[in-house]
Amino acid sequence: MSLDPVVLFFVFGLLAGLLKSELKLPPALYETLSIILLLAIGLHGGVELAEQASWQLLGQAAWVLGLGVALPLLAFAVLRGLGFDRVNAAAVAAHYGSVSAGTFAVVVAYMLAKGIEFESYMPLFVAILEIPAILVGILLAKGIARDTDWGELGREIFLGKSIMLLLGGLIIGAIAGKEAIKPLEPFYTSMFKPVLALFLLEMGLIASGQLGSLKQFGLRLLGFALLMPLFGALIGALLGRFMGLSLGGTAVLATLAASASYIAVPAALRLALPEANPSLSLTASLGITFPFNIIVGIPLYLMLAEQLMAWGL
Amino acid sequence: MDAHIRTLLTVICEAALEKKLVVDLEQLGAPGWTISDARGRGGRGVRSAGWDTEGNIRVEIICTRDIAERIAGHLQARYYANYAMVCYLAQVEVLRAEKF
Repeated sequence: MSLDPVVLFFVFGLLAGLLKSELKLPPALYETLSIILLLAIGLHGGVELAEQASWQLLGQAAWVLGLGVALPLLAFAVLRGLGFDRVNAAAVAAHYGSVSAGTFAVVVAYMLAKGIEFESYMPLFVAILEIPAILVGILLAKGIARDTDWGELGREIFLGKSIMLLLGGLIIGAIAGKEAIKPLEPFYTSMFKPVLALFLLEMGLIASGQLGSLKQFGLRLLGFALLMPLFGALIGALLGRFMGLSLGGTAVLATLAASASYIAVPAALRLALPEANPSLSLTASLGITFPFNIIVGIPLYLMLAEQLMAWGL
Repeated sequence: MDAHIRTLLTVICEAALEKKLVVDLEQLGAPGWTISDARGRGGRGVRSAGWDTEGNIRVEIICTRDIAERIAGHLQARYYANYAMVCYLAQVEVLRAEKF
């Protein structure tokens, strides 16, 4: 199994960080790269969405929404079983029910490199999956408590950076259509991989910082952060088959279900659920699950999708 | 030089709190404030500012002793339990008393 060069950038960042190298990218660059990636993903999805909008897609979107509710519930049950207290279990579950756009970008690059087609409206599913887990997580932690400021929380969730960029890109792409978007195409064609490579270099550096705090939490968290993506991927892949997605689409949905958020959810939960320990969730999602998914997981999920199809599912 | 005594309240806390804090300051009658990004280390470990949720901010407010104490009391009651936050008061001299 040969690693995609963009993933090697991640490994490079990880090693540089672990060796305590002086290498550091300016924070503004990371911001810029993630903005470009999210817009690119949105734009590409929007262009395709305009061509393929259908009632069937609406049904699929509803199933994906259901997935976004089911995953945090499952994660919560597993975490409680592992002995985590209720609030922290709910917070970590919210991260694992939601998605990572960075992981999505890597799976897109992987599919393109392998020449495997997938439903190009997938970015819509990224946006859909990002939200419900946060709400489920908060409800799991404290029920419908009065002191939750739902208005403020709603703003934080729906107007958060990643959702805005994804939806903005989707809508611009859908309005513009294939012809008009041509001059902007480099966003998701020739520019995509170089930007992703730099983004992953920074992610490697950040992930290495998170690994340091793993000692504090021990094997339970490590076990969860490695097993939960596998569970998630299986459920995502089965749903993909059920929805009649292509091979690529099934693998991408499995990857989405396997991924854990590290941007939108931590920001929202820090305000909505301050009792939860933020570094517990971030260590798991950023320090373990993200590296696992992009290095080992994605090829594995593609094999899973192939296997399911071979069994005629 | 005609100097007047005022209180400088400095708050160092998680960047995630910025929006909430600004609303609080407005309500509690702070005449003005200055916010800057910060990083460092304290009771809750290293705050490296390497990640969105890991950054700190430093808020500086120059006001009367009364208001400074009211703000500090509010912060302690509302945020100390669950957030990384410290605040301290100091006496400073200002030139234009009416501004603070």
